Amino acid sequence: MSTTTTRGVARPAPAKASPARPRRGLRGNPTLNFWLFTGPFLIGLVIFVFVPIVWSFWLSFFDARYTVTPSHFIGFDNYKQILTNSNFPASLVTFTVFAAFIVPTTWALSLGLALLVNQLRFMRAFFRSVFFLPTAVSYVAAALIWKMSIFNGVRFGLANTVMSWFGVDSMSWISNPSPPWYWLVIVTLRLWIQAGFYMILFLAALQNIPPELYEAASIDGAKRGWQTFRYITLPQLRATSTAVILLLLIAAYQAFDEFFNIIGTKATWAQTPLMELYKTALGTDQDYGAGSAGAVILSVLICIVTLAQGKIMGFGGGEEK
Amino acid sequence: MTVATPQVRRDRKKGSGVLGNTGLYIAVSVAAFLFLIPFYLIFRNALSTDPEITGENWKLLPSFQWGNISELFDDPTVEFAHSMWNSTVIAVLSTVGTLLFCSMAGYGLARIPYKHANKVFYAVLATLMVPTAVTFVPSFVLVSSLGWIDTYRGMIVPGLFSGFTCFLFRQYFLGFPKELEEAARVDGLGYWGAYWRIVVPNSLNFFAAIATITFISGWNAFLWPLVIGQDPNAWTVQVALSSFMTNQTVNFHLIFMATAISILPLVFVFLFLQRWLVQGIAQTGIKG
Repeated sequence: MSTTTTRGVARPAPAKASPARPRRGLRGNPTLNFWLFTGPFLIGLVIFVFVPIVWSFWLSFFDARYTVTPSHFIGFDNYKQILTNSNFPASLVTFTVFAAFIVPTTWALSLGLALLVNQLRFMRAFFRSVFFLPTAVSYVAAALIWKMSIFNGVRFGLANTVMSWFGVDSMSWISNPSPPWYWLVIVTLRLWIQAGFYMILFLAALQNIPPELYEAASIDGAKRGWQTFRYITLPQLRATSTAVILLLLIAAYQAFDEFFNIIGTKATWAQTPLMELYKTALGTDQDYGAGSAGAVILSVLICIVTLAQGKIMGFGGGEEK
Repeated sequence: MTVATPQVRRDRKKGSGVLGNTGLYIAVSVAAFLFLIPFYLIFRNALSTDPEITGENWKLLPSFQWGNISELFDDPTVEFAHSMWNSTVIAVLSTVGTLLFCSMAGYGLARIPYKHANKVFYAVLATLMVPTAVTFVPSFVLVSSLGWIDTYRGMIVPGLFSGFTCFLFRQYFLGFPKELEEAARVDGLGYWGAYWRIVVPNSLNFFAAIATITFISGWNAFLWPLVIGQDPNAWTVQVALSSFMTNQTVNFHLIFMATAISILPLVFVFLFLQRWLVQGIAQTGIKG
């Protein structure tokens, strides 16, 4: 340790005078060096990842209102409470509806954009950049544009302006839960931000499809277009599709930013699981016990979904035919 | 059958002729137009006056009120400059720290022969099963116990130890050419020397890709800064923007100017570092 003060350590650094070992590896003791390289990271991982998870698991069995060092053990009461006496179950429904909208649409749009861009022969980089650019925008900034400009409920909102050209009356898109037009707002926002990102993944995958496959298909009489897409492209993209769908699900599960900023935590509708956790643990109740119980439930659900999908569809990047 | 091949191939090359190509470009242009609308709105509203934004008829182009910029930064009630500074410090230090810790650990796991390395690696992998967003409650509990609320430490340090980034670095270093390390051995370098003088300088592309992704997610992070930054002095840009949305006192044109300025650094990152970004995403797959 003492020999490794800065990165400027120069060549003559007396890195343990181990007698010149023939071949194999660099100078120095591997075990010591292993811990030197991984130690700082592992210490941080233990303190900031493992400890909070364990602590939170422990808290979930205690009455931990306004305190993080509780002493009153209450068994599974926090779990009972958050599953029955709170809005937490409703938030799982919100997530399910949201996922049902956003996962297929993002999958289709990003794949569609990738197919389009992949066929371009000039201005390809330009179009790819245009679709990719929204990835740079934060959900908060996008929420601001969507809420205050595009879907602003008053007349000067872009959507209402365009509708007025066709003689349709203005409507409030967000502040009214029935009919639930807010889903249009939320879903288009996330589509806009994330489609380009997944398009990049699909583009990379498309370029890995051997061109011979298409030639073979056309020799066999497959028509260009739908048939080659259905029987060549889509099966070849299976690994990527699986990975993309899983990522989209997990991302939807953790949705917070745009719901928080567009719908808000005071609304009675469209509250996501993380919003409920936020309100439970950090709202006026400061109920860390129930909040932790909710976090445990969410983590378990995510693990199940991940493992199940990995099992059923084969994890991304596996053997492909 | 064999005769058909060249003809078929020519067909494919041509697309479906001029008409098909035109259709393709029309489709892709319409999509691009829709994707650019939000950028147009930011730009238009940021350089307009409030009456122009809220006026009866849609104004296609703004009246280019460049004074909105100085108005935003001079307004003492908004404190936007300070939140820009906070975001910069947090995003930069998070990126540097993440690269440092995760790359070293990834190298250790990939390349230093130690008999329990695999066990350590599985411990790191296990953390990937629990998404970071879900652990914000326990992390908040820890950070507040440490007294790190409203501090840069509290914003930055808990995010530095990303199991996923460490995993990406490990995968990358597994494929790092052995010959280069061999050269380091011949030069008499130890692991430490070889890492900093041979491995890192030859991996700058990969570092750049990870750095870009980390910087963007640091700049755009919302939930964690919202939870930790309770005092307005500790707000990041995202938290400040969020507060503008609920705060009725800030004017439209200032809100949009703030939004424009908040995304400007990232748009530049995208335009100039896109190569690494695309490469990073395509190579490593996938951001957590």
